[in-house]
Amino acid sequence: MAGIFGKLKDKLSKTRQGLVDRIEQVFTGASKIDDDLYEELEEILIQADVGVSTSLELVEMLRETVKERKISDPKDLQEVMKEQITGKLGEKSELRLSDSKPTVYLIVGVNGVGKTTTIGKLAKHLQEGGKKVLLAAGDTFRAAAIEQLEVWGERAGAEVIKQTEGADPAAVVYDAVQAAKSRAVDFLLIDTAGRLHNKVNLMNELAKIKRVVEREIADAPHEVLLVLDATTGQNAIQQVKLFQEVANVSGIVLTKLDGTAKGGVVIGIQGETRVPVKLIGIGEGIDDLKAFEPQEFAEALFV
Amino acid sequence: MAMFESLSEKLQATFKRLRGKGKLTEADVNEAMREVRMALLEADVNFKVVKELIAKIKERAVGQEVLESLTPAQQVIKIVHEEIISLMGGSESKIQLSSKPPTVVMLIGLQGAGKTTQGAKLANMLKKQGKHPLLVACDIYRPAAIKQLEVLGAQIKVPVFSLGQVSPVKIAEESLEFARKNGHDLVILDTAGRLHVNEELMTELSDIREAVNPDEILLVVDAMTGQDAVNVAEAFHNQLGLNGVILSKMDGDTRGGAALSVKAVTGCPIKFAGVGERMDALEVFHPDRVASRILGMGDVLTLIEKAQQTIDEKKARELEEKIRKQEFTLDDYLDQMRQIKKMGSLSSLLEMIPGIGNQLKGVEIDEKDLGRIEAIICSMTPEERTKPVIIKDSRKKRIAKGSGTTVVEVGRFLKQFEQTKKMMKQLSGMPGMPGMGGAGKKSASKKGKKGKKGKKGGQRKNPLAKFPFPF
Repeated sequence: MAGIFGKLKDKLSKTRQGLVDRIEQVFTGASKIDDDLYEELEEILIQADVGVSTSLELVEMLRETVKERKISDPKDLQEVMKEQITGKLGEKSELRLSDSKPTVYLIVGVNGVGKTTTIGKLAKHLQEGGKKVLLAAGDTFRAAAIEQLEVWGERAGAEVIKQTEGADPAAVVYDAVQAAKSRAVDFLLIDTAGRLHNKVNLMNELAKIKRVVEREIADAPHEVLLVLDATTGQNAIQQVKLFQEVANVSGIVLTKLDGTAKGGVVIGIQGETRVPVKLIGIGEGIDDLKAFEPQEFAEALFV
Repeated sequence: MAMFESLSEKLQATFKRLRGKGKLTEADVNEAMREVRMALLEADVNFKVVKELIAKIKERAVGQEVLESLTPAQQVIKIVHEEIISLMGGSESKIQLSSKPPTVVMLIGLQGAGKTTQGAKLANMLKKQGKHPLLVACDIYRPAAIKQLEVLGAQIKVPVFSLGQVSPVKIAEESLEFARKNGHDLVILDTAGRLHVNEELMTELSDIREAVNPDEILLVVDAMTGQDAVNVAEAFHNQLGLNGVILSKMDGDTRGGAALSVKAVTGCPIKFAGVGERMDALEVFHPDRVASRILGMGDVLTLIEKAQQTIDEKKARELEEKIRKQEFTLDDYLDQMRQIKKMGSLSSLLEMIPGIGNQLKGVEIDEKDLGRIEAIICSMTPEERTKPVIIKDSRKKRIAKGSGTTVVEVGRFLKQFEQTKKMMKQLSGMPGMPGMGGAGKKSASKKGKKGKKGKKGGQRKNPLAKFPFPF
């Protein structure tokens, strides 16, 4: 895991406007702790998509701690802020594995966040670890979504269970679950169509897909992973809330962290919903999916 | 849902003590500006853009007389609204056509923004306007991206030019040749999604631009984008020089503050808004409506427009006449309900009504209940539909049986129909379509609140309790 954050830091440092540098600048550039410093800090957090309320809360907490611990050097603030953010991010949370085969992961999210890509990367990772993976082409709506998954399947060496475009996704998933059982694969990764969380019909369809899985395998799906685009603003919180209601999301995959969007959204989400971030996507390469490490993530922000 | 409490409500509270005061002082305005700032930031308007806006708004608000007609809150909202619209500029949803066809439009953006989908929608829209578009598959990186464009092209019957996985510059160049030979007067280039910090791929875009000299370079931006929208837009603009923006996924529940950020940093107009996955779900961009949306004020104009498209003018006039004479029957009611259904899902319509959208978050509108009412009316005889007063117990029993409902439900529905009729009579004095004016709006919003409370209290769900008349 050591390499991950080296790489992440690498990517982050590519952009000079990164949260890291800017916070560092604020801390080291300031000569005393005053209202201007707090305000500047608040601005940085907001601009990193942490959200207004969470940013205000973090800064308020910081003020109190400064008073309590009688901190006077702006440089020490950094350590406190790091602590706070780590605290908000919660414990590291690993992907759940089933005791009996297969372990089933259902991948959900709005359009264009990187669901299929995430599945491709995850399949590759698992196959390389000697696991047998089956993919379910549950996105029967978007043009060529099935073909897209097939390409990823080939790259990862995983078979794809599919029907044709326009087929009932619940039926595809049913087939896939049966196939996963009879072929005794280790993992079944289910791709679903992108859907905006405010579309009731599409969300009902998702609930149905999940019910099919639940009915066919006792404690499955073992993870319902919501894929979130790190570029997304405050609407991400709505996404998590509504997908959680319908599909009982168990973890978040935060993608596209290799851009200039600074993942502050993670802090906001943890503050509001408590669904842990489990994986992060930091590039387009098939190996660019990594475990999310709250501690190191917070560290990486301030090193 | 305190987070999405509307700005007007917050400002109303801020200004409560101001009633009867002569002028807005700087202190009054400062307090209000805190709320405005919060609202804009929660809507994902970029921090720096918010700062500039606030300064402008403040300048205008301080010293304003507290008018009799408007509350101070309304006055400030009006200024905020106006400033947002003026920042966003007028609507300019046109494609700059080349004097020497083919006109070349190039779509660019981050991964997953919706370039391919918007490209096909745009082709569809311009085809309907009499153009002969050609879609060009320049995304050679994403698996099955070419196939996706081909499938969409087939759907809208627009040919797709592709050369497989060769250099996108070459594809673009040859597509122009192909277009000229085959009489296409419009070429839409679908490029691969890329990060604005990826130098190699950004250079590729410049190379395509050099090669084909596009008439329009449009940046596709996801409406849900957060603070980073400015960085993205700026980078693409600096690299290529944008002509405009397409805002995708506006059918979500995002406030869409990114629209403001992108406009502010690039100065480019937002030309279109993507509002769904269907090929006709591309709309002209209306700055005024998005301004309302950013402020959480709903999108009344879109609602009215939708209604106008669906509701037959002549029928509406007949209906108004009937209401005035109190001849409004259950048949008319049914007719109205079906027209409303044509306008789209009820919940999406309700969300556009100011004040109601947010209250309804999480409240499920069971469209099946409308089906139940339809069944009740359809189980009545023509006589019963015109003269519901004759429906007594035994008729109720029959209707309940016929519609698969209960006598209680039938009774409740009839009672509500009578109330609706009365209400409609009061509204019928309004110009234009009955119930479409302000009063209808208000009552709907009130009922929306009631509906939510009702749900909490565990009462039976009844769509009519929330929504006495479907508009």
